[in-house]
Amino acid sequence: MIWQFETILLIFLVIAAVISLRVKDLLSASMIFGIYSFLICLLWATMGAVDVAFTEAAVGAGVSAVFFIATVYNTKRRSSD
Amino acid sequence: MKCFALFAVFITGGLLLFGTADFPEQGDPHSPPNAGIPGDGVSISHYYLTQTEKDTHVPNVVTAVLADYRGYDTLFETVVIFAAGMAIFAILRVSGEPRKRHRPITDSSINGDHRRIIIGTTCRLLIPVIQLFALYVVAHGHHSPGGGFQGGVILGASFILFALANNLTAALQRFSEKTFMNLACLGILIYAGFGIFCQFLEHNFLDYGVLQKIFHTADPQMARSHSMLGVEIGVAFTVTAIMFAIYANLSSKGELDNGL
Repeated sequence: MIWQFETILLIFLVIAAVISLRVKDLLSASMIFGIYSFLICLLWATMGAVDVAFTEAAVGAGVSAVFFIATVYNTKRRSSD
Repeated sequence: MKCFALFAVFITGGLLLFGTADFPEQGDPHSPPNAGIPGDGVSISHYYLTQTEKDTHVPNVVTAVLADYRGYDTLFETVVIFAAGMAIFAILRVSGEPRKRHRPITDSSINGDHRRIIIGTTCRLLIPVIQLFALYVVAHGHHSPGGGFQGGVILGASFILFALANNLTAALQRFSEKTFMNLACLGILIYAGFGIFCQFLEHNFLDYGVLQKIFHTADPQMARSHSMLGVEIGVAFTVTAIMFAIYANLSSKGELDNGL
């Protein structure tokens, strides 16, 4: 609705997406997935889709980040490429 | 090779952005979803926005569309979540002789380790509140944003929090593997059971209005509202159990003895 706020959120979103692909430390990459999830939750809330924002917050922050960290813990922490 | 991939990504992104120029304005009353296809005259979103309260006595249109008008899709969404949990179970779960472990077994119970006083006390205070809030979200899906899936995720996350604060073994003593596997199946059986029960009364699958005779409500609309709560509870059961099942299998590499 307020275009300045949404533009800042979108810029942060693109930065978070690019950084999560570029870092070599996989634990940081899963953290940045969590940041991405939170930013897209805010964008959906500004668009008026509150149910979707609620689901994204619960799944992205609560469950999805924990699954990624559990997987990284059981494999190796440094990315191969 | 990477330059070619980057070039292809830019071209595809550019074409997609060019395609978004054709979108209607946000909230445009004359766009096809809102006003219907010209020549047909029927607008389904107009029907949902005006008739939901009359048809189902549920103010939240999103929950009504998810659980009543498009309840068939939500049933299979729940089955997809169940299938994901089964896939993790099938790939990772090992049983029988425990193999030689790569990391030493640490006794991380709450009474033996002074570093865990802060985490343990905080979680002991927070987890009941989180679970109560999760049950609130499930029960108030008719009036506030929420519903079965969101409440189920929060409830599953509370069990994961318990497993992170204490040992996974302690969490499994409270929520054992047999319990969560049965709970996952029970959730889908509740949802499909509502539909098949409507078929026994000689109406369509998931046609909740006929359950008025069973629930003894004043009108079929209240029967639809109660049935929506029932299927949301089924969804919440399945989602809770599967979230904890995936965490338990992932964090212990399938052995379910020692988590993160």
